[in-house]
Amino acid sequence: MATVQPTPTSFWNDTGKTGITSWIFSTDHKRIGLLYFYSTFGFFLVGVLLGLLLRIELMAPGRTIMGPATYNATFTVHGVVMIFLFIIPGMPGAFGNLVMPIQIGARDVAFPRLNLFSWWLYAIGAVIVLTSLFTGGGPPDTGWTFYVPFSARTGTNVSLAVLGVFVIGFSSILTGINFVTTIHRLRAEGMTWGRLPLFVWSIYATAWVQVLATPILGITLVLIMAERILGAGLFDPGRGGDPVMYQHLFWIYSHPAVYIMILPAMGVISDVIPVFARKPIFGYKMIAFSSLAIAAAGSLVWGHHMYTSGMSDTAILVFSFLTFVVAIPSAIKVFNWVSTLYKGSISLEAPMLFALSFILLFSIGGLTGLILGAAATDIHVHDTHFVVGHFHYVMFGGAGFAFFSAMHYWLPKFYGRKYAEKPAVIAWAFMFTGFNILYFSMMVLGLKGMPRRYYDYLPEFAPLNLVSTIGSWILAVGLIIMLVNLFRGLFWGEPVGSNPWGGATLEWSIPTPPPTENFDQEPVVTHGPYDFTKAGVP
Amino acid sequence: MTHETTAHHIVSYKKLVMVWLGLLSLTGLTVWVAHHNVGIGHVWGSLAIACIKSGLVIAFFMHMKYEGRLLRWFLLLALAIVAIFIGFTFFDVLYR
Repeated sequence: MATVQPTPTSFWNDTGKTGITSWIFSTDHKRIGLLYFYSTFGFFLVGVLLGLLLRIELMAPGRTIMGPATYNATFTVHGVVMIFLFIIPGMPGAFGNLVMPIQIGARDVAFPRLNLFSWWLYAIGAVIVLTSLFTGGGPPDTGWTFYVPFSARTGTNVSLAVLGVFVIGFSSILTGINFVTTIHRLRAEGMTWGRLPLFVWSIYATAWVQVLATPILGITLVLIMAERILGAGLFDPGRGGDPVMYQHLFWIYSHPAVYIMILPAMGVISDVIPVFARKPIFGYKMIAFSSLAIAAAGSLVWGHHMYTSGMSDTAILVFSFLTFVVAIPSAIKVFNWVSTLYKGSISLEAPMLFALSFILLFSIGGLTGLILGAAATDIHVHDTHFVVGHFHYVMFGGAGFAFFSAMHYWLPKFYGRKYAEKPAVIAWAFMFTGFNILYFSMMVLGLKGMPRRYYDYLPEFAPLNLVSTIGSWILAVGLIIMLVNLFRGLFWGEPVGSNPWGGATLEWSIPTPPPTENFDQEPVVTHGPYDFTKAGVP
Repeated sequence: MTHETTAHHIVSYKKLVMVWLGLLSLTGLTVWVAHHNVGIGHVWGSLAIACIKSGLVIAFFMHMKYEGRLLRWFLLLALAIVAIFIGFTFFDVLYR
């Protein structure tokens, strides 16, 4: 096997520090990106393990491996870990940091020290969340939504978990501020708004949502602590409070948070598809503006989580209408990705396979979202396994598969080595098959009336639950193959050149692995991000 | 790209103490309103006092009175978004 030595100026070598301190105190956006990658992906694996345990419990009716209290804690920690420790910080923190500054022709982000501080806040918040599992009354059992009145009364360690999420929220806000400033102020000469890669556009839209919506989560979590510690009565009707107001406050953040999770994923897909279809993206401007439209309209639809909460009919009407409005920019993106494929010279390598899966799985997730967005149908399937299946199609089939696509697409650039293609395709096939068996069964179960968040169920739901659990094992096998192949490849695989995929964005124009400050000279951009002819790639 | 610079303004201790005393007085007024039956003024009066207090904090303690136009626009944007978020909850609260 040929060996590849990083160039002397590679970001792997060129630091004044050694060992762990060269990472945890580095202000280089690439090192911070990798810190985010390993920490968020580590939590993803923890979340997967908890999810597998949940599926084993549900494999047969009655108690299988855990009782109801443990089941409640397990699904809560699964949700908290996946949402707050993986999906929300994962894509912006890892790939936003790794790729975005290079794509705009910058040497680093606008505030490198703030960037490092953001990661530290994330790490401290994560430690606090983990501490909550083993202290006080034990792991929280409220679900990741921390709904009152239960979250105000339960004896489990909700206060500490909420504090951890509160700290992580600040990390998200600071990353958002940093990225907005970077994209406004540090673009290279010629990198006009019309030449920004669509991944950058999506990170930009995401950053605004992070800055504007996350403070509301912080305030809401503080109010939970005020309820628990001071007995404030803010959400207690007996004392003039309003429990539905908690749901408003929580979802004002947490629905836009869905877009923090999915917008960067859409950016990845918008970058991967033109490269592997060897065609400029179809409808660049519409995709760019649809990211902003999703960010704006998506911030006004939180009420669709609350149709059965006792909210007024007027509010249901308004939120239902706005939910359908969000479908328009989402559909624009799907239409443009598919149109890009039309008459393209499609190369079905691993990043593309994950990207194509994204389009299908996200579309299923989005269309089932419309069933939930319409009050008339939502009332029948609210809090059933249909909802669980739906959001896993969007979050895992969407954001998760895009994350895997990004791992295969960009990590070779930063490691200088590449995974083996055939095992990657086999892993994808296992994951795609297992995913659909796992979550499609859940949606059918939900339509049949199986509620979510129950550790037991009626015997009539048993066959599909068994099928769903078998799907989780197939998915897990695919994940293991993917991880072994990917990381084996990154450390011992075949060396790659500066532009292994034939991309036209700026990260493919610099050496592999990138130098510490990315560019010897500030680049002058003369063509669009998907103009393969002008970029001189075949 | 343009670089907007603003003169660095130092707020005197005297002014800061005056603002602080003003905030304390307004807090006292809030408590008074809470303990007296002033009809519709109970809610609107409390909200008005809270708005004045936050205005004082933003203007002096957050230094916004002395900042450039860009930061003021961003503040306005943030306030508009908060207003929209709160406003939308009234589709629920007003029609229950």
